[in-house]
Amino acid sequence: MRKRVVSMWFPNLPSDRVARGGAIVADDTRPFVVTHHAQNTDRIYCLNGAAAAQGLHRDMGFSDARAYCPDLQSCPADPVADARFLRMLARWSKRYCPWVGLDGIDGLLLNIAGSAHLFGGEDAMLDDMRARLLRAGLKGRVAVADTRGAAWALTHFGRGSPGEDIARLPVAALRLDAKTDAALQRLGLRKISDLTALPRATIARRFGPDVVLRLDQAMGARDEDISPLKDAPNYGVRMTLPDPIGLSGDVMAGTARLLDRLCAKLKDQDMGARKLQLHLRRVDQGAQVVELRLAAPMRDAGRILPLFERGVGAVDAGYGIDQIRLIAVQVEHLPKAQITYGAATRSDGVDDLITRIGNRIGLDNIHRFLPADSHIPERSFQIAAAAYSRSEGAWVALRPRPLHLFAPEPIAGAGARPPQNFRWRRMALTVGHATGPERIAPEWWLPDENWRSGLRDYWKVDTVQGRRLWLYYTPQNPGWFVQGEFA
Amino acid sequence: MSDFWSHFPPMNTRTHEACGAAAPAFAAALAGHLCGANGKTVFWLRESWAGAQLNPVGFAAYLDPKQLLIAKAARQIDALAAAEEALRSGHIALVVIELSARIGLTEGRRLQLAAQEGGAMGLCLIPEAMGSNAAQTRWRCTPVFDPGGAGADSTLQHWEIIKNKSGTLTGWNVGWHAQTRRINVVSKPAQR
Repeated sequence: MRKRVVSMWFPNLPSDRVARGGAIVADDTRPFVVTHHAQNTDRIYCLNGAAAAQGLHRDMGFSDARAYCPDLQSCPADPVADARFLRMLARWSKRYCPWVGLDGIDGLLLNIAGSAHLFGGEDAMLDDMRARLLRAGLKGRVAVADTRGAAWALTHFGRGSPGEDIARLPVAALRLDAKTDAALQRLGLRKISDLTALPRATIARRFGPDVVLRLDQAMGARDEDISPLKDAPNYGVRMTLPDPIGLSGDVMAGTARLLDRLCAKLKDQDMGARKLQLHLRRVDQGAQVVELRLAAPMRDAGRILPLFERGVGAVDAGYGIDQIRLIAVQVEHLPKAQITYGAATRSDGVDDLITRIGNRIGLDNIHRFLPADSHIPERSFQIAAAAYSRSEGAWVALRPRPLHLFAPEPIAGAGARPPQNFRWRRMALTVGHATGPERIAPEWWLPDENWRSGLRDYWKVDTVQGRRLWLYYTPQNPGWFVQGEFA
Repeated sequence: MSDFWSHFPPMNTRTHEACGAAAPAFAAALAGHLCGANGKTVFWLRESWAGAQLNPVGFAAYLDPKQLLIAKAARQIDALAAAEEALRSGHIALVVIELSARIGLTEGRRLQLAAQEGGAMGLCLIPEAMGSNAAQTRWRCTPVFDPGGAGADSTLQHWEIIKNKSGTLTGWNVGWHAQTRRINVVSKPAQR
């Protein structure tokens, strides 16, 4: 089948993307530019039609542009977001044909051979593309030709009339570099037809093989491929059974086979599963789902399988199960680890344990402590979910701190020294020793309801009854409180 | 008075119980004694409504808070199931379970079997007089006022064995030394 290539070019992709986001009102009357900071100066990276009409151009200094055009709106360039946006457009273009590739940073290439008739012919398809791009607020140029080179030439240099011939386009439309282009111009070779009229050998001898190659590619004498984008990998495997099964041992055996396949897939992509779902379809079309959340990304079938046991045991098989699907719903990057002597992964067992317990009481209910940089006792540590954090950082305790902290409990007392006798939790206590005060000031940069009462003077108090408590006095708002208990 | 170090740490691969006001201090000291040097993990199970917050900065005097994993269970049955799982895993040195209600003989025995299988030690922190018959030993820990101990790292505590399946019932006065991470046993005659 004859190849037909559509080239889409978005000359204003960065500015159109920002304008579509809605943060900036940019229409044909309000000039808007995207700036790029390079070599210590801001330059225009992309501009909309209104800005071009004011005489601004690409690579112009941003300060000059503002001098020309005082009401200029601007926004810094974000090439990563632009690339992401182009990939989104590529995914959208799959509505026209399955064969879509990227063309540089601002274009797409579609091989529409065999799919144009679905849209009522090539012209109708191109009209549809233009209409949809216009509606999306994108300035796009679209053209179709037999070759990739010709389609590119038509979008970048053509006038947009149907059935246009590339012979009349300037030589720059052959995707030549600026130096070769200038050299050709200097010899008076301005159009592609001028170039085709010359003997090939002389062109190749004078300008190198590149010009001839580009000419051949545009004319179709030499083939050029479009490399389509890869689909995102699908981490799902399934098994359909000829006869329904019901024993949990059978289901586990089926799961083991699926798990081997899934883990091989994950290993190929250097990924690890974080959340797995086992769908068990019953013969009466009912479905049961066993979900497994792992404490660490994992792709070791032998370790994952026993973790499924509890969930599979709870499944009601009914009249039998005839299809098993295993899907890694959430995956994380898991690079291959170097196996070294001594640094055997000792935490693996603990991670598995966290997974098993987490599937019963919830992964978020298993915590570990991380140090935090604060003098405020209740903010000197952080509580993090153990499955999603690594224990790191050093613990610094400059002064003894209690083993238990609780919400401040008021006690009766007056004066800056701890009361000799006080009642706490319905116990009458007498102070034996009091060590302090240790003054802790609130962190004014963080609003905290509990620290509204101002400074605190902490005292470590040994009671005659035995308990050692952590009391504090608030001098700015006189009152005594118990906040912790030492060992 | 029998020797403290022949009774402490209590027998491994068993579950024990501690009650009294200084029971958390006993658990911390046991954790520090068992895992302070070798970097093993301590699993601390609490009920999710427990009011007081464990303070890792305070724990730093006993063991590195890195080694501490805290789990919060909504119901006691979940806490017991998690404890059994942790004891059986073989990767945890000590499992501390805070209990608010009495556990039956079945639950206590299951914990014993799990501890035996995983080679770990279990410690239930129980309210006074709510012990289970399955426990290997039960310790009553009370803080004691020490007139000369204002600068000590912990209060003086009286640890008393009130149930022992294989041994005598005795008691000692002990304290914790934070810098060396060691238990100091205070001889009784010195007290009098």
